[in-house]
Amino acid sequence: MQEISQSLSLAVALITSLDSTLLSIAGLSLRVSGIAVLAAALLALPFGAWLALARFPGRQGVIAVLNGMMGLPPVVVGLLVYLMLSRAGPLGPLGILFTPAAMMIAQALLIFPIIAALARQVIEDAWGEYREQLVSLNASRAQCMRALLWDMRFTLTTAVLAGFGRAIAEVGAVMIVGGNIDGVTRLMTTAIALETSKGDLPLALALGVVLITMVITINLAAQWVKSTAMKKHG
Amino acid sequence: MADAKILPLAVVGLGFRVGDISVLDGATFDIAPGSRNIVLGPNGAGKSVMLRLLHGLLTPTSGRVGWSNPDALAVRRAQAMVFQRPVMLRRSARENVEFALHVAGVRNVRNAADLALDRAGLMRLADRPARLCSGGEQQRIALARAWALQPEVLFLDEPTASLDPAATNAIEEAVNAMHRAGTTIIMTTHDLGQARRLADRVLFLNHGRLVEDAPAVSFFAQPTSPDAAAFIRGELLW
Repeated sequence: MQEISQSLSLAVALITSLDSTLLSIAGLSLRVSGIAVLAAALLALPFGAWLALARFPGRQGVIAVLNGMMGLPPVVVGLLVYLMLSRAGPLGPLGILFTPAAMMIAQALLIFPIIAALARQVIEDAWGEYREQLVSLNASRAQCMRALLWDMRFTLTTAVLAGFGRAIAEVGAVMIVGGNIDGVTRLMTTAIALETSKGDLPLALALGVVLITMVITINLAAQWVKSTAMKKHG
Repeated sequence: MADAKILPLAVVGLGFRVGDISVLDGATFDIAPGSRNIVLGPNGAGKSVMLRLLHGLLTPTSGRVGWSNPDALAVRRAQAMVFQRPVMLRRSARENVEFALHVAGVRNVRNAADLALDRAGLMRLADRPARLCSGGEQQRIALARAWALQPEVLFLDEPTASLDPAATNAIEEAVNAMHRAGTTIIMTTHDLGQARRLADRVLFLNHGRLVEDAPAVSFFAQPTSPDAAAFIRGELLW
């Protein structure tokens, strides 16, 4: 109990003193996860919309695999990305292993199925409502996808936030491909793992509190923007 | 309005089954250009299904829908439909109309959208989010959206089913204005009063069968089928 209150005090001290190490780690965490989410969303949202509207043999199987991949083990993704980016791997010449770019790729791969699967469900539900109207207007498949993605943008925010939550809280994959190098690839989660293994539990807990605060703040802000926009646009 | 005309329409033996259930059975009739055709009947008679079959949203399980123009794209582009529950895109009323025009390949969508909204008396709603408009306003926007496309044939599926008399009147006035502009109207309703106000011709459906097809005047004065006579008398058909 004393350890928890001690860690909370430390967390407050770290935040209020604008600790430079903390800011650097938090900044890198946000940058890596932010870019990973952006990249994943740019691909996953159209893919989810396409899968929602497409009809082809084996579609249910693809949906089942995609849904299953929402629970991809991060260490397995990390290992696969490591093998791809290692010197002997096909992408080895890029030389980006143990850099923030490698961590972004790992996180993007990890959250692509989450955003795509949730987007597929949202768009498919909306398609039930919109289908006759859009078909009646002779909208092409691409026009239907664009219209649905735009109209469901507020609901899809939740899918993107789920991806962000998964990315910023993830440790296994980024540890493998990033290496937790101080000042280069150390993120909030890898720092927490490191401090825990060193036995510095108050610092680890303090970092955890900061991480949770960051995630909740971002979610609250996104929720506020979403609800305000929905009230305005209907 | 599209240059390539698609009317007259010849419907032969049109049927639609869902499993063992026959929703529409062997409907045969013609639609002439410039007419106001009311598909009348009680709930569950097959009116909405017939409209969807004609508009191409459903594929018939028997019979055929024969437009005079063999070009499938021209046939699609010469029609528009207003549904019982209007589906408004999550954007302004003007942008809803612009979307339809954009899909139809119209270049100057802004002017065409404003013209359609103005004709429907909706310019004051142009910038309002369509989903925040009332049910009657949304239906009028849907009608303006269809009007903007200048269709040769307009399908309306019980467009006033859940509207109050004022909103119903506005919709009926807009339908008549479109008709005067040359659009052929095919509309379903179970409202006898509305059928009397709008119909040049009545197609009376009951239990999925086309029971009577007659000019409106003779249909209401001297129905030839017992079902139609009972419906006009206000008796419940089931």
